[in-house]
Amino acid sequence: MAVRQYELVYILPPDTTEQQVADLQTQVETIVSRMNGQIEKTDNWGRKRLAYEIGHHKEGVYALQVINGSGDLMKELDRRLKVMDLVIRHMIVRVDEEKKVVERTQTRRRTESERRRVRRGLPPQRQPGEGRTVELDESDDDRFEGVEV
Amino acid sequence: MPFGQGRGGPGGSRGRDKKTADKGQGQRRTLFRRRKVCKFCADKIDDINYKDVKLLGPFVPERGKILPRRISGTCAMHQRKLQTAIKRARQIALIPYVTD
Repeated sequence: MAVRQYELVYILPPDTTEQQVADLQTQVETIVSRMNGQIEKTDNWGRKRLAYEIGHHKEGVYALQVINGSGDLMKELDRRLKVMDLVIRHMIVRVDEEKKVVERTQTRRRTESERRRVRRGLPPQRQPGEGRTVELDESDDDRFEGVEV
Repeated sequence: MPFGQGRGGPGGSRGRDKKTADKGQGQRRTLFRRRKVCKFCADKIDDINYKDVKLLGPFVPERGKILPRRISGTCAMHQRKLQTAIKRARQIALIPYVTD
């Protein structure tokens, strides 16, 4: 089965203890390992304010996990997370294809600039102190000021 | 006495009218806004990620709606990516659906 990369984000109530978060993560891990997946990264964002209330909660504990596995695994994980009372919100996003596109555009841009620099008789990499220094343009941020939608 | 003074009067005034009209339009045009450039193309941001609230913030004004392309100047490709990123960020409560 094709191995794909997914990102799983979930939100727990603000009063969850670290122990509960760890317990949930081991639960996720057992499901993942049982279905021949692997967890690439686990990132706890901690408590964050929610942009809107979810079940009378104004804050939530966020956690992100990057998982390599099949679509069936994520389906199963999604089903389990829906049932869990502890998880107030979760989202699974497939990321491998977008990642590939981003990498490709970045390498293309880099090789293109190197090619042009070599053609101009310069070393392929930008030297320190070369070119204009980047000015921080504060006016960029308020360009939408007074905009009516 | 110069030639055609009698004719020059109305003719000249007509010319002036036209000129002032032109000027008026020109003034209106001089109020032009700065040429809008796609932020993502200009800053070479390849990845529009739903987790990056700081990046998405300016494209979600107070009301919570997505800022249209005609105002932000974002190019079509990046507006599409921005759209999915904002919708994902809304799902996990990083950005509001509505605020009133």
